[in-house]
Amino acid sequence: MKLSEYQFFTGDLANLSPAPNVFPYEVNAPLFSDYAEKARFIYLLEGSKMTYRDSAAFDFPVGAVIIKNFYYPHDFSKPEKGRRILETRLLLKEEKGWKALEYIWNAEQTDAVLEVAGSTFPVSWLDANGKKQEIQYVAPNLNQCKGCHSYDGKFVPLGVTARQLNRAENTENQLLRWQKAEKLSLPENFNPDSAPRLSDYRITNHQSTNHESAARAYLDANCGHCHNPHGPASTSGMFLDIFENNPERLGVNKTPVAAGRGSGDRKFGIVPGKPSESILAFRMESDDTGIRMPELGRQLPHKEGLELIRNWIKEMK
Amino acid sequence: MLFFPFLLSAQADIEKQLQTQLILAEDGDVVELPAGKIDLSNTLSLDAKNNVTIRGAGQDKTILSFKNQKQGAEGIKVTNAENVVLEQFTIEDSKGDLIKTQAVKGLIFRDITARWNGKPKETNGAYALYPVQCQNVRIERCTAIGASDAGIYVGQSDSVWVTKCYAKNNVAGIEIENTTNAWVFENFAAYNTGGVLVFDLPDLPKKRGGHVKVWKNKIIANNFKNFAPKGNIVGKVPPGTGVMILATNDVEVYENYIMDNKTASTAIVSYFITENPIKDTSYNPYPSGIYIHDNVYSEGKRTPTRKNKMGTIFWLKFGRKVPHILYDGIQNPEWLDADGTLKPEYRICIRNNENGTFANIRADKIGLFKGDISRDLKPYDCEYNSLFSKR
Repeated sequence: MKLSEYQFFTGDLANLSPAPNVFPYEVNAPLFSDYAEKARFIYLLEGSKMTYRDSAAFDFPVGAVIIKNFYYPHDFSKPEKGRRILETRLLLKEEKGWKALEYIWNAEQTDAVLEVAGSTFPVSWLDANGKKQEIQYVAPNLNQCKGCHSYDGKFVPLGVTARQLNRAENTENQLLRWQKAEKLSLPENFNPDSAPRLSDYRITNHQSTNHESAARAYLDANCGHCHNPHGPASTSGMFLDIFENNPERLGVNKTPVAAGRGSGDRKFGIVPGKPSESILAFRMESDDTGIRMPELGRQLPHKEGLELIRNWIKEMK
Repeated sequence: MLFFPFLLSAQADIEKQLQTQLILAEDGDVVELPAGKIDLSNTLSLDAKNNVTIRGAGQDKTILSFKNQKQGAEGIKVTNAENVVLEQFTIEDSKGDLIKTQAVKGLIFRDITARWNGKPKETNGAYALYPVQCQNVRIERCTAIGASDAGIYVGQSDSVWVTKCYAKNNVAGIEIENTTNAWVFENFAAYNTGGVLVFDLPDLPKKRGGHVKVWKNKIIANNFKNFAPKGNIVGKVPPGTGVMILATNDVEVYENYIMDNKTASTAIVSYFITENPIKDTSYNPYPSGIYIHDNVYSEGKRTPTRKNKMGTIFWLKFGRKVPHILYDGIQNPEWLDADGTLKPEYRICIRNNENGTFANIRADKIGLFKGDISRDLKPYDCEYNSLFSKR
């Protein structure tokens, strides 16, 4: 099957202009994916609605599809020069639960085809400083999708939570806008200001002396999907989701469990005040597949994210 | 040389085909790994399947090489599955663990060689065979070589057999960690840093292991240098360790040949010996219900390693005559009777071991290792008849 056959988009597929019943969404704290940018959409069957939940992902009606397109601008400093779309990931809500499908775009950018076993291909772009970047891009296979999208072994969506979606777009709150459009049912007396919200770590002032909320948002989005008591990294006893408030379980002075050389000869997950002695920072800066974290979806170190986490550890007492 | 690019793409095709087969596998399927050396660039994964077998053409015929691995933290990964059999192949040189299985109920590893080639080194992956959070696991006739943590590592699992396996040149040969109802029998653990480790560690979702039996194993000359990266708990194990029981309850070690391990043929220790902080309030750092009997230890002198803190202290205390069975003597005050001895269900029993010399190093007195050593075995002359009916 081809992506075009779903008719999620009208006109040239590469323009990603949403068809009726398809609408874009934005998140507060995006997952870092080797600097790829993402165009995110939700498709709902005519007349069906999502239901708000406080902490877990929203409840989606059967037939819903979450659509995530991964692309690189050819030149990050000149977005008008165009982009190359690499892959489109679909999460389909079926009667028995969620299902993932992976579509790889052709070089002509006219369509994308289903690929269960994923794919690896070279990609290059000019970064914001005009420097050429080049990687072997890895589009995941379906098992790798679940390597992150897993709660007690069941497939779950990750980014469509209140804390990620509760944000203002052009001064209008995204959730309230969807409510108005009858796409989302919110609890009575819903107040976006008291509902969960991750801080947008991208706009954090790096001169700030308090990186707590930005760092926790970053960790929640980039690590917490595995590192929580119900996720694939529950084995580690290190939990980095936003709900974890026990310092030990966050990694403070915690010895690694099965890190192997991922420990980098450091003793603890987080050593307060000392990012260079913390395993967390070591694994974020590594590009070695046996060491780096997250295990999937990252080859390049995320410089900005790493700096944020280092600052956060530095401030810890 | 002309054919080189063609070969590469043929390898990539096999990899893609295998991964596709694993993704599309149905109930009852056997996924055959072809004979030959297969060069893989990414983890092969199986998720959410029942009754699937991954079968090679034999350990000497099918070689899965991850020497040029680019992606993934392990060689093979099996998750959220039931009744999976992995058998008859060799897997080598992954960047992380060789085979990791998580949340699998009913799992057999059989006739697998899992190894890192070359001189054992710190940059080898942590575990060769690594079931974690699994139930009903049988690991048999497998060989594990060169792991920088443990060759065969069973973590946070329940109902496990490890039998007829060979573990050599790993930091830990066989390690049972926070795992209940594990039987380790008729294995050969040789030339590791430590032969067989039974550990309970803090800060893990599965809090307590225990009910572990270790019998009829040959645990020989585990004197290899400790090459674990720092921070990992096995980094604390002194070269020359035969069996180490750390903070686990109800462990029976019997009828083993425990020979030529130069530092601690058998050590029974609390977590305090690691000198790591304990912040997990629900964690029990003391070993209890231990029964060491009818093992055969080697005669002759043993000089403990001096490349490790524990070993150095043994050397200072005992010189070249370090006893075979060492107990750190740190007891939970809540488990003591009025006369100061451990209540019956918590006792350490040691009986009828050939050449089985003993010392309680009294690490409980005046800080670690500074107390008076007691070599008296009388307080430990007891037995558990029905250790495993206690559960």
